Amino acid sequence: MMCSSFRVFRVGISFVTMCIFYKSAANSLPELSPHEYFSTLQPGKASLAYFCQADSPSTSVFLEGLHEAVRPLQDYGISVAKVNCIKEETSRYCGKDKDLMKAYLFRGNILLREFPTDTLFDENAIVAHVLFALLFNEVKYITTPEDLQSAENALKGKANIVFSYVRAIGTPEHRAVMEAAFVYGTTCQFVLTTEIALLESIGSEEIEYAHLYFFHCKPVLDLTQECRRILMEQPLTTLNIDLFIKTMNAPLLTEVAEDPQHVSTVHFQLGLPLVFIVSQQATYEADKRTAEWVAWRLLGKAGVLLLLRDSLEANIPQHANVVFKRAEKGVPVEFLVLHDVDSIISHVENNVHIEEKQEDGEDDVEGPDIDIQDDEVAETVYRDRKRQLPLELTVELTEETFNATVMASDSLVLFYAGWQAVSMAFLQSYIDVAAKLKGTSTMLLTRINCADWTDVCTKQNVTEFPVVKMYKEGENPVSYAGMLGTEDLLKFIQLNRISYPVNITSIQEAEQYLHGELYKDLLSYSSVSVLGLFSPTMITAKEDFIEAGRALKGYVITGVYSGEDVLILSNKYAVTLPALLLARHKEGRIESIPLANTHAHDIVQLITDASLETFPEITVENLPSYLRLQKPLLMLFSDGSINPQHEKAVLTMVEQKHLDSLTPCWLNLKNTPVGRGILKAYFDTLPPLPLLVVVNLHSGGRVFAFPSDQAITEQNLLSWLKKLEAGLENPITVLPAQDWKPPLPAYDFLSMMDAATLQHPTRKAPECLKDPDVPESVKEHHEDKSAVEREPTETLRIKRWNRSSWFKYAEESLRRDKEL
Amino acid sequence: MWGSPGLLLTLALHPALAVAPARDYCVLGAGPAGLQMAYFLQRAGRDYTVLERAPGPGSFFARYPRHRKLISINKRYTGRSNAEFNLRHDWNSLLSHDPRLLFKHYSAAYFPDAGDMQRYLGDFAGRLGLRVQYNTTVLHVALDKDRRAWNGHYFVLTDHKGRVYRCRVLLVATGLSVPNRVDFPGSEHLEGYESVSVDPEDFVGQNVLILGRGNAAFETAENILGVTNFIHMLSRSRVRLSWATHYVGDLRAINNGLLDTYQLKSLDGLLESDLTDLAILKDREGKFHVTLKFFVEEAGTNQSADAVTLPQDDSDNFAMRVAYDRVIRCLGWNFDFSIFNESLRLSSGSEFSRKYPLIRASYEAKGSRGLFVLGTASHSVDYRKSAGGFIHGFRYTVRAVHRLLEQRHHGVAWPATQHPITQLTSSVLRRVNEASGLYQMFGVLADVILVQENATAFEYLEEFPTQMLAQLESLTGRRARHGLFVVHMEYGRNFSGPEKDVFFYDRSVGHTEDAWQSNFLHPVIYYYRHLPTEQEVRFRPAQWPLPRPTAIHHIVEDFLTDWTAPVGHVLPLRRFLENCLGTDLRSFYAESCFLFALTRQKLPPFCRQGYLRKQGLASTESLRRHGVESGLMQDHAAAGQHLRDRGQQPGDRRPV
Repeated sequence: MMCSSFRVFRVGISFVTMCIFYKSAANSLPELSPHEYFSTLQPGKASLAYFCQADSPSTSVFLEGLHEAVRPLQDYGISVAKVNCIKEETSRYCGKDKDLMKAYLFRGNILLREFPTDTLFDENAIVAHVLFALLFNEVKYITTPEDLQSAENALKGKANIVFSYVRAIGTPEHRAVMEAAFVYGTTCQFVLTTEIALLESIGSEEIEYAHLYFFHCKPVLDLTQECRRILMEQPLTTLNIDLFIKTMNAPLLTEVAEDPQHVSTVHFQLGLPLVFIVSQQATYEADKRTAEWVAWRLLGKAGVLLLLRDSLEANIPQHANVVFKRAEKGVPVEFLVLHDVDSIISHVENNVHIEEKQEDGEDDVEGPDIDIQDDEVAETVYRDRKRQLPLELTVELTEETFNATVMASDSLVLFYAGWQAVSMAFLQSYIDVAAKLKGTSTMLLTRINCADWTDVCTKQNVTEFPVVKMYKEGENPVSYAGMLGTEDLLKFIQLNRISYPVNITSIQEAEQYLHGELYKDLLSYSSVSVLGLFSPTMITAKEDFIEAGRALKGYVITGVYSGEDVLILSNKYAVTLPALLLARHKEGRIESIPLANTHAHDIVQLITDASLETFPEITVENLPSYLRLQKPLLMLFSDGSINPQHEKAVLTMVEQKHLDSLTPCWLNLKNTPVGRGILKAYFDTLPPLPLLVVVNLHSGGRVFAFPSDQAITEQNLLSWLKKLEAGLENPITVLPAQDWKPPLPAYDFLSMMDAATLQHPTRKAPECLKDPDVPESVKEHHEDKSAVEREPTETLRIKRWNRSSWFKYAEESLRRDKEL
Repeated sequence: MWGSPGLLLTLALHPALAVAPARDYCVLGAGPAGLQMAYFLQRAGRDYTVLERAPGPGSFFARYPRHRKLISINKRYTGRSNAEFNLRHDWNSLLSHDPRLLFKHYSAAYFPDAGDMQRYLGDFAGRLGLRVQYNTTVLHVALDKDRRAWNGHYFVLTDHKGRVYRCRVLLVATGLSVPNRVDFPGSEHLEGYESVSVDPEDFVGQNVLILGRGNAAFETAENILGVTNFIHMLSRSRVRLSWATHYVGDLRAINNGLLDTYQLKSLDGLLESDLTDLAILKDREGKFHVTLKFFVEEAGTNQSADAVTLPQDDSDNFAMRVAYDRVIRCLGWNFDFSIFNESLRLSSGSEFSRKYPLIRASYEAKGSRGLFVLGTASHSVDYRKSAGGFIHGFRYTVRAVHRLLEQRHHGVAWPATQHPITQLTSSVLRRVNEASGLYQMFGVLADVILVQENATAFEYLEEFPTQMLAQLESLTGRRARHGLFVVHMEYGRNFSGPEKDVFFYDRSVGHTEDAWQSNFLHPVIYYYRHLPTEQEVRFRPAQWPLPRPTAIHHIVEDFLTDWTAPVGHVLPLRRFLENCLGTDLRSFYAESCFLFALTRQKLPPFCRQGYLRKQGLASTESLRRHGVESGLMQDHAAAGQHLRDRGQQPGDRRPV
C-alpha cells in the first residue's frame, strides 16, 4: 500500500512536470482529446494528428520527431496535434492496440492519408511524407523511363519539369524536393522517382546520390525535339534547389548598360559568376546571338549579360570583348579577350572549378601532382626500360660505318635518340620488323643513335626523331612517311622490292599485272594496283605519272605501259588515253579513270582517293585516310564481323548514291577494341550491338544514333537519314570542342625568384664568408681598405699628413691580407 | 687560351692612295680567331684574305706562354662519341667539318705544349687551304668614305711595303699583344714576363718578388718555386681562383702551387697593395727594396737609393722589408691600338676596359660600322664572365659574327631548322645535352626558338648573342612575331665570385621544384611573348643576363650534365613549354589518337601532326601493358564490364 501510494504520488509529480513542459511547448504540439481535435479542424486546412493511448509512454522516437516537425509544418500552414484517446471518447482513429497507433493527415475533416508511425521515423520523413501527400498533383511519382517520356512530351511547350531522383521516400533529399515543390509546384511540374534504372536511362553517373534535373520543356515547340536537361551539381538541400530553380527560371540573357562592377542579377545573388559579352551597335545582332548561345551553354553555371559598350560610361579596355565577374564579392572584374564561345565556357568552368577546389581542398588530397608523368609514351617506355630488346637483329651504325654500310647494300636506317620516348617506343616496332624479316629480305635494317652520332644525323638532314630513311643504290634516300608501327613499315619494305612505277612490257604482262598474278606475294600489302596507260607519244603525261608513281613508292603498287599496242587495253577497258586502270584485287574489279592534263600531285591524290574502299572496316591505321574526306561518318559498330544483311543494305545505298554526303564505314570491336571507348563516350552505357551512328566530326561534333529498336534496313536507314537531314533528330551527344590546354601547370620559377628577392636578398649560396670569430676591429679595417681601393688619391693625401700613423695602418692592412 | 700576336708599333707614313681593288673581307691576324673566321668565309665562298705579320700562323704560340704549357684542357676521352658534346671538353680545337682537325690528334697531354698548338694551327690553315698572306705587317688602318661601299666606307690598310688593301669589312683578330706596364719610380728595374729567363737555374737561392696575380704570374712562380729562397707576389686585388669564379681566365689550379706553400708557411707569400703607390729602389749591392712612391718624391730626384726612407724605418715589422734579388712584372696584355687611325674611333678611353677596343655585343666596333673584333681582343663582351677571350669560347662567337655578316651582306638568313611544335621538347633537350657553344659561352650565346603563328611550328636558331636579342629580326632575317624561347646556360646567381666558398655543404640542388636555385651550370629557358626591346635589354634587372621574361624555366643542375631524366628533367620542361604556349605537348599512341579523333572535335598537336597525317605511333604489346598498369591507358579489350569507371581513372585525359 505504501508502495502503491508512493507510486501514485510519483506519477503525479511526473505528470505535473510534464504539464509544465508541455505548456511551454504548447504552441508547438497541442495535446487534445479526439473531440477537441475534430472541433478545431477548419475546412481546407491541413492537419496532422497522432492518435495515442492516454497511458502510452509520453516520449518516443516518433514523438521527438513530431515535435521537431511542428514548426516546419506550420510554416506550410499545416497544424499538428497529439490526440489522446481517452476511454470516455471513442474514436475510430484510436486503434485497439497500443502498438498500432497511427498518424492521420486531414484536409478539413477529410482524411487524406494515414501513416504508420514507423514511416515517420524523423522530422525529415514527417515533413517529406506530409508534403508528398498534400502535393499529390504537383509532384508526379514515376517508376519507368516511359513515364518520364510521356510526362516530358505532355509538357513540351507548356511547362518546365523538375525531375529528381531520391534514394527513398522520407529522406532529407526527398524533403528538400518536397519543400521546393511546395513553393514552385504551381509553376513547374515536379517529377520524382526512386528508381535507379530511370536515372540510368537519362545517362547519369554516380547514382549513389540524389539527383535533380531541370528540363527546359517550355521552350520546346517541336515534339521530336528533346527538352534541354540541366543537372544541378550541388547537393540536394532546400536552399540549393531553391537557388537552382530560380536561376533556371531567370531570363536567359539580360542586356545592361552600366558598369559591370555594379551589376547584380539573380545569378550573382545566388553565388554564380557573371559573364558580360561586350557588344556595340554595329555588331549587336551577332553579339546577341553569341551571348544567347553562351548563356544556353552556361545555364546553371553563370549569368550571362549583354553589355552595350556604346551607351556605357565606364571604361572598358578597347580590345576586351568579355568581362568576367567572379561570384566572390569585392573581387575586381576581369577584362578578357576570348575568341570563341568555347574559350568563354572553359574560362568560366575553370574558374568555378578552382573555387570548388579551394572549398573542399583543405582536407582533400592535393591536386594532381605535376611531378607525375602523364605522357603515356614517356611513361610506358620508362616502365619498359629494363626489358632487353633483341637489338642485335638490326645493325648499329656509327660515324665510321654509316657511309660504307648504306652504300654497300640497300638499307633502311632508323635515326633515333636514346633519350627520346617516341623514338624508343618506335624502336620496339622496328626490332619487330627486323625479327619478321629475318633471313627473308635483302633490305638491311640498321639504326643509328643520334644522341651518340649527332653529326652523322645532321649530315643526313635529320634533326628530329624518329626518322626512317631508305637508302638504295643509285637512288636518293627516301624518308618513310607511314605510320610508326610494325605493320606499316613492313608493308613499306615489302612494297619497295619492286620499282616504281613498274615498267610493263607487253599486253600480256599488263593483264597479269592487273589480275594480280605478277606480284602475287605483294597483294596483301597493296589493296590496289594502278596501271598507267599512255600511247608512246604522250611523253609529258607519262612523266607526270612516273613522278606520281615514285611518290607512292612503298605505299601503292603502280605500273606503266606505253607500248604501241596500248589501244588494245584502252579499248578493252573502254577508256580514252591517257588513262589509269585501277585493279581492286579483293573485289576482283578493274576500274578505269581517264587522265587529262593531270599533274603528278593530282595523280597521287587521285590514286590515294581511289584506293579508298566504299564501305571500309575502320581501323586505327586507316581512319586518317577516311577523315581526309571531311565528311560525316556513318559508322556501324559491330561486335565481330559485320552482319551481311547490314553490309548489303549500306552497299545498296552507296550504289544508289544516297550516302554521297557521308563516309560509310563499320568498326569491328574485336579487331579494334578501342571502339568500346568510343561507344562509352557516345552512350555512357554500352548499348546492344550492332549499332549505327552518324558522327559529324567536322561540323559541330554532333553524334546521332540510329534508333536501336529499328532494324538496319535500307528503308529505315533512308528515312532516318532524311530526318537527320531535315534536322528532326536530336543528337545523342555533342562531342566536346575544348582545346588541348596544358594538362597541368608548370613550376612558376619566376614567382619563386621574385618571392626570394623580396623576402631575403640571399640565395641558397652563402653571400660571403661570414666568420663570427673575426674581431670587430678587423672587420672595420676590412671596410676601410675597400675604401682605400676605391679612392686611392684621397687616401694618399691623408697619408701625407700623418705619416707614422699611416704606416701602422698600412702595416696592419698588409698583415691582415696575409692572414686572409 | 692565348691571344694572337700583335703588330709592331711602328707608324709608317700613309702612301699616296693607290686605288687597289677592294676585297669583301680582310682578316687581320692568322691566330686562332683569324683562322676560324677564314674557315667560315672560305666555306661560304666569300672573297677574303688574311694578313699575317709572321711567316706562319699562330706565331704568338712560338713564344707564349713562356713556360710552354697551355692551361686549356685537351680532354681526349669523355666516354661519349657525340662530337658536338665532346667539344664541351675540348678547349683547343677550332671548328671545322674535318674530324682530323681535332686537337686531340695533336697532343696527348692534358695541358698541351704551346708548340703543338702552333703546329695545329699550321695544319688548320694548310689542310683547309685558307687564304693567308704571311709576312705582311699592316702598319696603318684608315677609313675611306664611299657611299657605295657596304658600310659607307672602305677600310684602307697599308703594309710595311707600302702595299694598300681596300676592304669592305675589316675583321680584327690581332689579340692582345702589348705587355701591360705600370709606371712608378723604379719600374725600370723590373724584368717583364715577356723576356724574363725561364731557366730555373737563374733563380737559385734568390729572393723573388712578382708583380701580378694572373696565370702568367703564377706560371712564372711555379717554374722557380723549387729553387728560390722565397717568392713574394704583390698585386692590387686578392687572388681570384677560377674554381670559385667559374671564369677560366682566373687562377687555375694547375698554377696554384704557390698558394699551397704560402698557406703552409713555407716562406712564400701573397700581398695586396696598389702598385701605383709603390717604388722600387736598387741598393748598392744591386738588391731591390720596396718603398712608397711619396717617400721617393719626398726625397727628391737626386738622392741616392740608400737615402730614401723605407717603410720599415717607421714600422719595423713591415712585411716587405726584405731585399729582393729580382722583381718580375707579369701584369697581362693590352690590345694594340696604335695602327688604327683615329677616324676608326676604336679606342675605348674607358678606365675599366682600357685593354680592349670598344665593341658591341655583336662584336662590331662602336666607332666604325663594318669593323669587327674577333678572338681574345673581343673579350670585353664577357670579360670575367664567360670564355669569349679563349679559343673554346671565341670559336663560337666568330661563327656568330660570320652568320651576322652573311645576313647583312649576302641576304643569307641566320641558319634555322623548322619543326612541328611536337618536336619542341626534343629540340631543346637535344641542344642542352650536347650543344658546346651554349656550354662554353654560357650567358653570352643562346639558342633562340621562334614560335610560329598558332604555336603549331617553330624555327630553331643556334647560338645567337643574347645581348643583341632586341635586334634579332634585323640581324638574323627571321621573324619573331609570335613569341620566342631563349635557351642558354647559367651558373647560380650568387654562386660565383672570388670570395665565394663553392664547396659549401648543400651546394647542389636535386629537386625539380628547387631547380631555380641550381648553382652549377644548368640550362635556363626564358619565354618572351614579344621580342624584348633594346631598352628592356639595356635596363634589365641587376644580375639578370636577359630582360625579365614572361616565364622562366630552370632545368635542375645535373652532376653528370645529362639532362635526359624523364621525370626529373623532361617532364618539368614539357610542362613549362606547354604552359607558355597554352597547348598540350604530350605524345600519344595511335590508338589514343584514334579515340580522340572520334570522340572530340579537336586533337592534341601530337595526334594532329602525326596520326592525322598517317604517321601515328603504334604501340607494342609490352608497351600497352605498361600503359594499362600505369593507368594512363585503358584496356578496352577487357573494358566491357566496367564502363562506369569513366572519368575516374588517374589517367583520365580529358582536355582541360
